[in-house]
Amino acid sequence: MAKLTFETDLCKGCGLCVNACPKNLLVLSKDKINLKGHSPVEITDEAACIGCASCAIMCPDCIITVER
Amino acid sequence: MKVFEKPKALTDAPFHYCPGCTHGIIHRLVAEAIDELGIEGKTIGVAPVGCAVMAYNYFACDMIEAAHGRAPAVATGVKRSCPDNIVFTYQGDGDLASIGMAETVHSAARNENITVIFVNNAIYGMTGGQMAPTSLPGQVTQTSPYGRDVNHCGYPVKVCEMLAQLEGPEYLERVAVNNVANIRKAGKAIKKAFENQINKKGFSLIEVVSTCPTNWGMKPTDALKWLDENMLPYYPLGVYKDRSKEEK
Amino acid sequence: MANKVLMKGNEAIAEAAIKAGCMHYFGYPITPQTEIAAYMAKKMPKIGGVFLQAESEVAAINMVYGVSSTGKRVMTSSSSPGISLKSEGLSYMAGSDLPTLVVNVERGGPGLGGIQPSQSDYFQATKGGGHGDFHMIVLAPSSVQEMADLTIKGFDLADKYRMTSMILADGTMGQMMEPVEISDDVQITKYEKPWATTGTNCERKHNIVNSLSLVPEELEELNYKRYEKYAQIKENEQMAEEFMMDDAEICVVAFGIAARVSQNAVVEARKQGIKVGLIRPITLWPFPEKVLSKAADKVKAFISVELSMGQMVEDIKLATSCKKPVELCNRVGGMIPSPEQVLAKINEVKGGLK
Repeated sequence: MAKLTFETDLCKGCGLCVNACPKNLLVLSKDKINLKGHSPVEITDEAACIGCASCAIMCPDCIITVER
Repeated sequence: MKVFEKPKALTDAPFHYCPGCTHGIIHRLVAEAIDELGIEGKTIGVAPVGCAVMAYNYFACDMIEAAHGRAPAVATGVKRSCPDNIVFTYQGDGDLASIGMAETVHSAARNENITVIFVNNAIYGMTGGQMAPTSLPGQVTQTSPYGRDVNHCGYPVKVCEMLAQLEGPEYLERVAVNNVANIRKAGKAIKKAFENQINKKGFSLIEVVSTCPTNWGMKPTDALKWLDENMLPYYPLGVYKDRSKEEK
Repeated sequence: MANKVLMKGNEAIAEAAIKAGCMHYFGYPITPQTEIAAYMAKKMPKIGGVFLQAESEVAAINMVYGVSSTGKRVMTSSSSPGISLKSEGLSYMAGSDLPTLVVNVERGGPGLGGIQPSQSDYFQATKGGGHGDFHMIVLAPSSVQEMADLTIKGFDLADKYRMTSMILADGTMGQMMEPVEISDDVQITKYEKPWATTGTNCERKHNIVNSLSLVPEELEELNYKRYEKYAQIKENEQMAEEFMMDDAEICVVAFGIAARVSQNAVVEARKQGIKVGLIRPITLWPFPEKVLSKAADKVKAFISVELSMGQMVEDIKLATSCKKPVELCNRVGGMIPSPEQVLAKINEVKGGLK
């Protein structure tokens, strides 16, 4: 069981993590806007996350913590 | 168990970089190497002029802000003064390969025992997207609006290939941060560049092929693709010099 | 204790710097100051110091910037064209409040100019020496002994005020030999440098040596603070030597080699019954305004003797609020005024006095 934690307010909505996820579990929010004015990343199916940390490795802003 | 978190050698200051700018990834790789080697307390970083000018806010170790291109000279002074400290520079392509070319070449020729992180994204970011010494032939920038004409302004500088001709440097490797596998390799190279310094082997330079979505005028994800299709054929990844291997 | 030895001015600077605890030297060859580098190259490896010939003057001053950031005494030296190249680094050091000692053994200019003595970098040295609002402490030796003494003093002032001290000497000062005595036991005041970047040891927040300040309100405040320091220096550190000034009607003002020539002329003029004296600025920045403004109330005219087209003459006018006429007596391009030329000028000025 893996767990992702996002520092949502630091997300710049660049989408690099979205492309990096091998399970296609990440999307940029359609309805939320963070403090910086960006659409932050969200996970669609937490249970399906394998904790590979590809998203975190790709994130330029260190906003993702991965636990397994 | 945490399998991935922000390295301790980075401060809490959020990066000022544009969305999708790979400076953040490279900062993190440097910080991870510092964490893994347990050298934060004795590391002194030298920041450049350019987009990474405020790198001094992001690294938790002692930091010095150098004039444009002069980071290797400043690092030389620091290292000669404090040989037991770990000294690194973090420089962009304009800083390292244009205005600071002399400082780069001569610190390499002296095999100065420092670690140089060279971020090559083929453009001047901070000043708004002008042609860099590493801009590709035909690349459109603010100061090459019709594409870089090599008959008019010459060819891009291939830093690793050029420095590999010198006897001085210990280690030269070109890496990229366009996908997870390459980022892992880049991390290993950066760590090795620090290890070389700890082992007093001398000058190590890691060229990191990177993106500038804003000034390339692309979505961050498209910029990674552009890097893959245009930058990497011109700037092939790999080890260009590894003196400890040559000696074996 | 120390013995008197015969030394070139350039060598005296190098030896005094080492005695003052400077263990790092970076430079690039240029006439007429290269003896400093040669001396350091010979001496430093023997005493555990660092001599490094840089790839350029630009690199040398930035190596100095690096060592200074770690809180240690460090110096570089050059001559006029090389100082122009160093001016980038001098500005950054001022902006980062880093101490160092820089030696300029001037030669004739502008451009490549010549290699003979000059004082034509006076403006460059005293008005800043790079972009932005800043000053360096500028010391002007007029003997080989003073080359040594002011080097030691310069390091102390640099550390005390966290800024650059410059030795502004002309080629004659660098090249001539005189007996000099440098104590083996120079008293060095230790200044705390909690700002130095020597590694946090993970025990404190990181230090940052930096001259970038993007918030205009903050940058303005930094400039004002720096100028408060400059005001203190102006108040406390002015240095000048007076010669036969007690009853003088004419005051010759000259520094470096020009002061030595002028002193001979003053002695000669006194023999002719002319009441003339000499003020020799030792600090060119801060300019010895106090002694000059006092003199302006007593004398009837000033003569500025310079190896330039007339640079210090402007500071004399400012320091004396133009209360009395200030004449210029000069040679340039590597030429030095003779005592006869200065004497003739004294006579000319005397003739014009009411």
